[in-house]
Amino acid sequence: MSVDRPRKQIHLAAHFPGVNNTTVWSDPRSGSHIEFDSFVRFAQIAERAKFDFLFLAEGLRLREQGGQIYDLDVVGRPDTFTVLAALAGVTDRLGLTGTINSTFNEPYEVARQFATLDHLSDGRAAWNVVTSWDAFTGENFRRGGFLPQERRYDRASSFLDAATGLFDSWDGIRVEADKAAGTFLTGLDPSGVPGAFAVRDDHFDIEGHFNVPTGPQGRPVVFQAGDSDAGREFAAAAADAIFSMHGTLEAGQAFYADVKGRLGRYGRRPADLLVLPAATFVLGDTPQDARERAEQVRRQQVSGATAIAFAEQLWNRDLSGYDPDGPLPDVDPVLGEHTVSRGRASVRHFRDPLAVTRQWRELAAAKGLSLRDVVIEVTARQIFVGTAESVADDIDRYVQADASDGFILVPHITPDGLADFADKVVPILQERGVFRTEYAGTTLRDHLGLAVPQARPCRATDGRLVAS
Amino acid sequence: MTHLHLAVALDGAGWHPAAWREPSARPDELFTAGYWVDLARSAERGLADLITIEDSFGLQSTDFRGPDGHNDHVRGRLDAVQIAARVAPATHHIGLVPTALVTHTEPFHVSKAIATLDYVSRGRAGVRTQISPRAVDGDHVGRRYIPDFDPAEPPTPEVVEVVDELFDEAGEYVEVIRRLWDSWEDGAEIRDAATGRFVDRNRLHHIDFHGRHLSVKGPSITPRPPQGQPVVAALAHAAPGLRNRPIRFAAGHADLVLVTPYDRADAVDLVGAVHRAGPAAHVFADIVTFLDRPGETGAERRARLDALDGNEFGSDAYVFAGSVAALADLLADWQRTGLSGFRLRPGALPDDLNLIVDSLVPELQARGLRRRSYEADTLRGLLGLARPENRYAATTQGALV
Repeated sequence: MSVDRPRKQIHLAAHFPGVNNTTVWSDPRSGSHIEFDSFVRFAQIAERAKFDFLFLAEGLRLREQGGQIYDLDVVGRPDTFTVLAALAGVTDRLGLTGTINSTFNEPYEVARQFATLDHLSDGRAAWNVVTSWDAFTGENFRRGGFLPQERRYDRASSFLDAATGLFDSWDGIRVEADKAAGTFLTGLDPSGVPGAFAVRDDHFDIEGHFNVPTGPQGRPVVFQAGDSDAGREFAAAAADAIFSMHGTLEAGQAFYADVKGRLGRYGRRPADLLVLPAATFVLGDTPQDARERAEQVRRQQVSGATAIAFAEQLWNRDLSGYDPDGPLPDVDPVLGEHTVSRGRASVRHFRDPLAVTRQWRELAAAKGLSLRDVVIEVTARQIFVGTAESVADDIDRYVQADASDGFILVPHITPDGLADFADKVVPILQERGVFRTEYAGTTLRDHLGLAVPQARPCRATDGRLVAS
Repeated sequence: MTHLHLAVALDGAGWHPAAWREPSARPDELFTAGYWVDLARSAERGLADLITIEDSFGLQSTDFRGPDGHNDHVRGRLDAVQIAARVAPATHHIGLVPTALVTHTEPFHVSKAIATLDYVSRGRAGVRTQISPRAVDGDHVGRRYIPDFDPAEPPTPEVVEVVDELFDEAGEYVEVIRRLWDSWEDGAEIRDAATGRFVDRNRLHHIDFHGRHLSVKGPSITPRPPQGQPVVAALAHAAPGLRNRPIRFAAGHADLVLVTPYDRADAVDLVGAVHRAGPAAHVFADIVTFLDRPGETGAERRARLDALDGNEFGSDAYVFAGSVAALADLLADWQRTGLSGFRLRPGALPDDLNLIVDSLVPELQARGLRRRSYEADTLRGLLGLARPENRYAATTQGALV
């Protein structure tokens, strides 16, 4: 790191606790995951601490394991757009980032929804573009499992291009509302009709006139989440921020260098794409206190039943007869198609189940761990454990060392799990001059230091407009 | 005399195309939250049962077949479900009934959106389901063919068939969103620390809907909403040659059917047709209103707006211009045809809404036709509808295997 470089400002976001076992619902402090009050409290804590934005994940089919609804984690979520639009009414500055799938939606409707959210929040909308393909999720939608896995980023890319063309289709057109003259819009072309667009590619054949004016941010901020090579390339080409998962400083630095290095190919600068990994945290009064609390949280996150269920995802077979406090199952995993667990992205990470089980056995033998202990150890995602001072140190160190541009914090308690961080860590970061004490601007682009993008007007060919 | 129910239909700057040019109009704020919050609060001040919010998949146009290039009219709109969600935290009693377009959207998404609207409004959600029969709207999505036709012409057999199919699909759509609302039983979230189970999965249900147009597995990702079943509304629109099809859809699937009688006798016919066609709990008549105020009659305002627009205002609904007392007389008279309420479409916003709230409602209260305070916390409550049983509750044993 160059000594001359000014200290980077840290970006912080609040991930509403999700439906993974990271979220501890058995704790007495755990509130509703669906009542609006929980979202209001969570958002207001984040805004009080001057966070950049709130982040909301999405799921489109309840997870199943062994042919039954998976019941050990939080189940149930609200609709993304609806809850974010309502939160716009109880916050003033906090960015509102919603995860919306590019497979089981169509560009015209999604563009309408994000443009609307941007208007209703005065420029605070962001879209985390995710892909999926599986026929299991498709059973809830008109087209079923229509998309081959290897085409999912191809469709996402076309989808985002189409949506961009729609967001920009009112470029130069403003509501003038001149009552005396009787002219509602200004900047219209001779057709007198706003919003013309046409998209023709492998995925979409659409044309017409978009019916929402350009929002305050021009376009909503675009996030990409996903670690694959295709995902990184998609982010480098088209996203404003990337939501990643890298636990160590070194892994974070490698990822950061990799994705920022891809930007040049698209004529973009390193500052045009923010790297914002997910991070969990546990605070304590002393380092020892924090470690003990973290250990306790881990045991809450991985009950015996959760440990068995997690092992079943790796072994791809029924392990209900095994004791979670006993040794690892003495059988081999079932290779081939995953049949035990459905609707869960993490299953994809077990690309070589035999190798992973071998690692687990080595770990168990070396440390004398039970099945549950192993799962606790291998699924540990607590990145920041310590006192408020040490966590502030760590966060600042990661950002200044280019392992990230900030973090999307994932508390394990709904809705108040962020309060300690907001009250204890944020003031330290503010004192050090690396985190804002007041919002300088009003839009999420302002908070993230992203310029309003140049409109990408659909290219005119033969008087028709075609986005490529 | 029983109370009549009152809904206010919000759309842009009001239902007259020149309404945005009124001195009190706020056309430059149509795309801001504050505009809609103010309108919803005004309607709530008038103790209305609900507001509806219009929507469409294409630009507003005087031409059914496509954009008309009219820059002297409001063009552009926001997604109605989100407008409703945005005003929910700023209101406390009034029902929120956005339009959801069904022809090009996913029932799974719309079901959870309205369930979530019910959560964020604490039981005040409804949805007005509407088809998109315009070919140009279909081109925006590109997934299905809809023939280009002119509704002013007698429909060809092809058009009759397509529109029939769209309503048929809309019926399946409403059935799917209703089943999804029931796909979680009340109390399915058990948080049983002893067994580590967050939900009782026997109380979550695949809906396994397989229709001619739609197949949806379920369950919803969103738990059963506070009202159990948010209120479903549909406009049983008069459409030449197709008149009965919209009525059969609305009466067969909606709790609240909106009709557009052009006079009292027509109201009698329509109410009868709706009740013959299905079990809808409520039938409201739509009326566009231009009310008299000091210094200007409603008729004068309408004529002034017509002159600005260069066209005589026409509507699918009855257009009333006159005094508050005359409108109250009309509502009381039409109520006797069996209508349970009215959806008033203010000619100009906010003026005609404020006249409804500040003049018409007190007049109706004085006649014993309107509530003097909100008597319920949910939209179903305001409409006198009980919270329904869950259709899957009786099948809990061995439900989801």
